[in-house]
Amino acid sequence: MSLRILVGVKRVIDYAVKIRVKPDKSGVITEGVKHSMNPFDEIAIEEAVRMKEKKIAKEIVAFSCGPAQCQETLRTALAMGADRGIHVEVAGPQFDTLQPLHISKMLAQLAKDEQIDLIIVGKQAIDDDCNQTAQMTAALLDWPQATSASKIEAKDGSLQVVREIDGGLETIKVKLPTVVSADLRLNEPRYATLPNIMKAKKKPIKKLTPKDLGVDVSPRIEVVTVEEPPVRLAGAKVENVDMMVEKLKALGHA
Amino acid sequence: MSSMNKLSATIRTFHSSAARFKKNVEFTAVRYPYLKRGNYSFLSDRHLGFFQSILSPHQVLTDEFNDLSGYNVDWMHSVRGSSRLVLRPKTTEEVGAILQYCNAQNIAVCPQGGNTGLVGGSVPVFDEVIMSLGLMDAVISVDELSGIAIVQAGCVLEKLETILHLNNLTLPLDLGAKGSCQIGGNVATNAGGIRLLRYGNLHGSVLGLTAVLANGQIMDCLSTNKKDNTGYDLKQLFIGSEGTLGVVTQVALHCPSKPTSVQVGFFGINSFDNVLETLRLSKQNLGEILSSCELIDASSWNCVTSLLKLKSPVNYFPFYILLETSGSNADHDAEKLNSLLEMLLKNGTIVDGTIAVDSTQATSLWALRERIAEALASEGYVYKYDVSVPIRQFYQLVDVMRARLEKLPIRCCGYGHLGDGNLHLNITSQEYSSELLNKIEPFVYDWVSRQRGSVSAEHGLGLKKRDYIEYTKSPTSVHWMRRMKKLFDPNNILNPYKIFPGTLNE
Repeated sequence: MSLRILVGVKRVIDYAVKIRVKPDKSGVITEGVKHSMNPFDEIAIEEAVRMKEKKIAKEIVAFSCGPAQCQETLRTALAMGADRGIHVEVAGPQFDTLQPLHISKMLAQLAKDEQIDLIIVGKQAIDDDCNQTAQMTAALLDWPQATSASKIEAKDGSLQVVREIDGGLETIKVKLPTVVSADLRLNEPRYATLPNIMKAKKKPIKKLTPKDLGVDVSPRIEVVTVEEPPVRLAGAKVENVDMMVEKLKALGHA
Repeated sequence: MSSMNKLSATIRTFHSSAARFKKNVEFTAVRYPYLKRGNYSFLSDRHLGFFQSILSPHQVLTDEFNDLSGYNVDWMHSVRGSSRLVLRPKTTEEVGAILQYCNAQNIAVCPQGGNTGLVGGSVPVFDEVIMSLGLMDAVISVDELSGIAIVQAGCVLEKLETILHLNNLTLPLDLGAKGSCQIGGNVATNAGGIRLLRYGNLHGSVLGLTAVLANGQIMDCLSTNKKDNTGYDLKQLFIGSEGTLGVVTQVALHCPSKPTSVQVGFFGINSFDNVLETLRLSKQNLGEILSSCELIDASSWNCVTSLLKLKSPVNYFPFYILLETSGSNADHDAEKLNSLLEMLLKNGTIVDGTIAVDSTQATSLWALRERIAEALASEGYVYKYDVSVPIRQFYQLVDVMRARLEKLPIRCCGYGHLGDGNLHLNITSQEYSSELLNKIEPFVYDWVSRQRGSVSAEHGLGLKKRDYIEYTKSPTSVHWMRRMKKLFDPNNILNPYKIFPGTLNE
């Protein structure tokens, strides 16, 4: 096998940052806040790199859509082992209303333009938790899909994928070309080592606009308001069971 | 409570495996038979009655109904007291009332914070009453503009950090124990840690404190002035006094702004000369954004990766350096760090390494340094030495000890705060061995003394290092320290048996 793999990587607010809502409730504060690659996308890149090391894949193309800073996210992907990057620049208000459907359309077009055999994306982004991009991309391309993958094996020209589902684990066989979305236990991403970080600076990143891919990114939704979840009420300790029953009654729960 | 005068046969216990393990630690009084209990009162029902009259039931823990091993045994499972009573005051006034009574009744007291100390200073030697500050955990105020936080002594450091972060501030100190240690204990021990290189030590960042003296008198030094030259700066006496001059109950801490950009790098280095060169060029090229420079040797790395199964970005190297930068502009900091690394790679000073791309990786890289102590503890008994030495000789002591001890220990390793010249030398054996201990001490202290280093850079003296104070401090200094102790605590009830050799009555 000699696959060309397209991996979608999203720049999101770092998982450890405490999210704060803007005072005007129009969104969350992103200015000056630490961002990094969506953890599930790190896993997707790692899987692609492992497939290249096993000689199942011959080239890995990393793709990211967003403001100029997405270049950093692409450099991380390149440092981990991707060969080249594609940055579709979208900024400002259009970026704030980007949806999985827009990204799926971009991925689908890129798959055709770049002759891609396999698309791997993280199963969801930690900011919107949509879990839609892989599925919609497959539908647009009329390709099979294997989502929430926890193991991928190449066998006789197709992929055997173990999926994590509610009932347990499901093993399916998908023909190539296909779309896969990476779940948490698929692998443990490597650290990008210094020599590779230095090499990555020289790898090419192609800049495109949504128009180049024939995708209209005008908003399909309007954000009405963004609010913090209600503050968790403090608990209270009681001395014994009788007092607990009394308290429950007073609060109207019994 | 007639059972106070006999060791309770039916101690109701809530076992966790850790608690059970603590019960297997040898009593300090047994392991160090030359230690003699001072002429203090033995606890009686009358004493207990007094404490119960001024405190609520949950603030008085006796061994009849509670498992006190968590309070009696240190984090390293190396010393064990036999205290029968733990008092948990909630206010400075309660601390005052307790100490006033103990002073009058000649009852010895062991003040205790998070009990994470490494020199046996935080637990009783005999049956001293333990006074735990854990219930005094409030953050009283935080002001972003001045950076001043006023905190009760029992506040866990990590909890304080969380609250500071909400105010765009951060702690001026950080150490591996932060999930358990308390700010009062940090102040009492002048804790150092991994960012002393950047923010200095507590003698500078503590603007004020409240301390309760042995006789119960409350000394209010809780000022919040950055500059105050009005008379002797008494608060400095309590910082690092390890609970022997007074009990710290409140702290006013000066906190720096929270950095918006933190970069963590981990590098493999082939020789100690290259380690020194990395340090030199880091200080020069990173300048004001450098916040940590830690060294890990191959043996420590091996311990933490194999025993705790932690993932490392690079394979075997004789030395590793962990660098951290903290600044206000990610682009600026990343550029400085990248240029430095390119240069170091190009001239072969560092061979391989990584820079964390997100906070998860940053935490994992720090774990390779911060969890070494935990990994070593799981090997068996740890002989721990925390010394200051001239930077050029930073690693020499490890080589010297390794050669001297040969096959006696399981491991002889070194790691620590390279940027501050503070080495953590650690030797492990399956079980405590006095033969091994005698081969290590006093040789190691002699060696450090000859370098004019410190035999305890940041861990303090506690019980385990009290006999070595004169390897670093002159006899005249120690003489005046003893006189000061006598002045502040004439009955020697505060944390007796600690920091000074012998007893004060000799």
